[in-house]
Amino acid sequence: MAGKTLYDKLWDLHVVSQRDDGSALVYIDRHIIHEVTSPQAFEGLRLAKRKPWRVDSVVATPDHNVPTTRAERASGIAGIADPTSKIQVQTLDDNCEALGILEFKINDQRQGIVHVVGPESGACLPGMTIVCGDSHTSTNGALGALSIGIGTSEVEHVLATQCLVAKKMKNMLVRVDGELGLGVTPKDVVLAIIGKIGTAGGTGYAIEFGGDVFKAMTMEGRLTVCNMAIEAGARAGMVAVDATTLNYVKNKTFAPKGEAWDMAVAQWRHLHSDSDAKFDEVVVLNGALIEPQVSWGTSPEMVLPIHGVVPNPANEADEVKKAGIERALKYMGLKAEQAICDIRIDRVFIGSCTNSRIEDMRAAAAVVKGRQKATSVKEAIVVPGSGLVKQQAEAEGLDKIFVAAGFEWREPGCSMCLAMNADRLNDGEHCASTSNRNFEGRQGYGGRTHLVSPAMAAAAGIAGHFIDVRTMGEV
Amino acid sequence: MRAFTQHTGLVGPIDRANVDTDLIIPKQFLKSIKRSGFGPNAFDELRYLDEGSPEKPNDGRPLNPQFPLNFERYQGASILLTRKNFGCGSSREHAPWALDEYGFRAIIAPSFADIFFNNCFKNGILPIVLPDDIVEQLFAEMYAQEGYRLTVDLERQVVVKPSGEALAFEVDEFRKHCLLNGFDEIGVTLRDADKITAYEQARKKTAPWLFNFGA
Ligand code: SF4
Repeated sequence: MAGKTLYDKLWDLHVVSQRDDGSALVYIDRHIIHEVTSPQAFEGLRLAKRKPWRVDSVVATPDHNVPTTRAERASGIAGIADPTSKIQVQTLDDNCEALGILEFKINDQRQGIVHVVGPESGACLPGMTIVCGDSHTSTNGALGALSIGIGTSEVEHVLATQCLVAKKMKNMLVRVDGELGLGVTPKDVVLAIIGKIGTAGGTGYAIEFGGDVFKAMTMEGRLTVCNMAIEAGARAGMVAVDATTLNYVKNKTFAPKGEAWDMAVAQWRHLHSDSDAKFDEVVVLNGALIEPQVSWGTSPEMVLPIHGVVPNPANEADEVKKAGIERALKYMGLKAEQAICDIRIDRVFIGSCTNSRIEDMRAAAAVVKGRQKATSVKEAIVVPGSGLVKQQAEAEGLDKIFVAAGFEWREPGCSMCLAMNADRLNDGEHCASTSNRNFEGRQGYGGRTHLVSPAMAAAAGIAGHFIDVRTMGEV
Repeated sequence: MRAFTQHTGLVGPIDRANVDTDLIIPKQFLKSIKRSGFGPNAFDELRYLDEGSPEKPNDGRPLNPQFPLNFERYQGASILLTRKNFGCGSSREHAPWALDEYGFRAIIAPSFADIFFNNCFKNGILPIVLPDDIVEQLFAEMYAQEGYRLTVDLERQVVVKPSGEALAFEVDEFRKHCLLNGFDEIGVTLRDADKITAYEQARKKTAPWLFNFGA
């Protein structure tokens, strides 16, 4: 019999019952909640007069709607100008209070983007099944966990039953061999993967990221990569547990301590694919060939190395793809065969659950240090992923570096990643963004998003257009 | 949940691949704490010429005359015909809520994104996967024939064309079962409450750290 993959092991560990119809009841260890996808689930519970199964598995924090300027945040919920946003954040507080759910409220030091808060607090741990009503829940898989995004009906289902009804996915291994070049980051790796397999390449699969590049990658880098597994179509992305994982988890607030820690580690050590495990699909990339990436279109698969040129629809034989390229060029205001380096930008956004951890802040700060934002760039905002990231960054003086370079230093939240708060692009503006989606209108009506790494976003903010950060000298 | 058994309706197109859920219902409408009210803003950025907002009444907003679902001939469409990877991106269930309220009961495409696919079933909408060439054919027939209608029969797992030709599709047994019966899935799961409790008890012994969160 072939060995098991990491996903097989995590799945087997959590099956409560296998049903005849091919579905299974899967136990959920941790449920993370934010304000946007939960109100209707709580309402559903109330209407059906149901109680949550296990309140102590849930942790909540508001992130999508919270304002990010200090002035607005100073007065907490009262400082949210938009009345509908305010109601949504208040509703989360009310629901959590009524049911006794642990919540990191708007001005709690531990508040932040759900997918940043989970790992950094130790609420998310190796070996867990984790869900959240948010597609980027795949992020937590970096810890060696099975972590998937769910819809609101499923949020209600998990609240009421502690289980999810699911069918096992297929196994895919994405292996990146070799070593990354200097200035090439985890964000570039995942964009290159999506460029290769496409936004539907991982549909129906759980992706395990393996190979030398991931073995050498920091935990924060792995979180960035797993975050975007969903952009490759996979509900779950994951990385095997190793010493990097254990060092990261150790001493986190909610991580087990003492004897429980030893007991946990003894189990977590098995959380890797067996050497004879069988994958349904294997994709291999050479890490040494990956260059800094920039997305040019309106889907994350429309991505190119920094020295690339925008495609010409005339060269595309497939009619649906051709129409897609034409539509993207029009929306993005780009010409066929235009060089990526010639795209001028209006705004910079450094943040989101993809790239708002301390290493991201450091990477961006290293590029802007001693330099000045281009005057043609209207605004460059840096939004840490959580209160704790912000605190750490400030302790290292990163905020001062950003401000001295003409970048704004903000309060934690999703911010311009999806523009549910006041941070957004104007019609037609180009943005160098460290977020994960370049969909039409995502960052504001008519806004044009280019997905890049924090270092590349910072570099674009300095140059006023995309530039290979590796050519900027000492970074 | 509303059951789905059989449905006959007018077919309307979104003729593009990779339609994401941001496009189906833009973020500014997600601030609602209700499950309803999203229909008039389904495909907001494609459908109207101006920017929509939850505060703005939709009556009288300028419609985009280029957007097919605004064409006279597709008014009242209840079966959406579209391209690969429909519903990719955000997990927002507001997307199926919006489509449902718009009037769509079934969606036909060569492939769907996983989370969206799942969310449809929870809301009584049937997403149907048909092979690329068949979808292509349906597009051609729909464009050629005004008032093109299809019948979707979940029990038999077929889409029936006006010619009477039946196109078979796959659907998971458990999803079919729930949809046909309009089951409350939570109720179904809770029938296994004993098993869940037994699992929990066993896990408490082997992995106690999972059970004292926040303590
Ligand atoms: S940062 Fe963006 S992608 Fe991440 S949870 Fe917030 S809105 Fe979603």
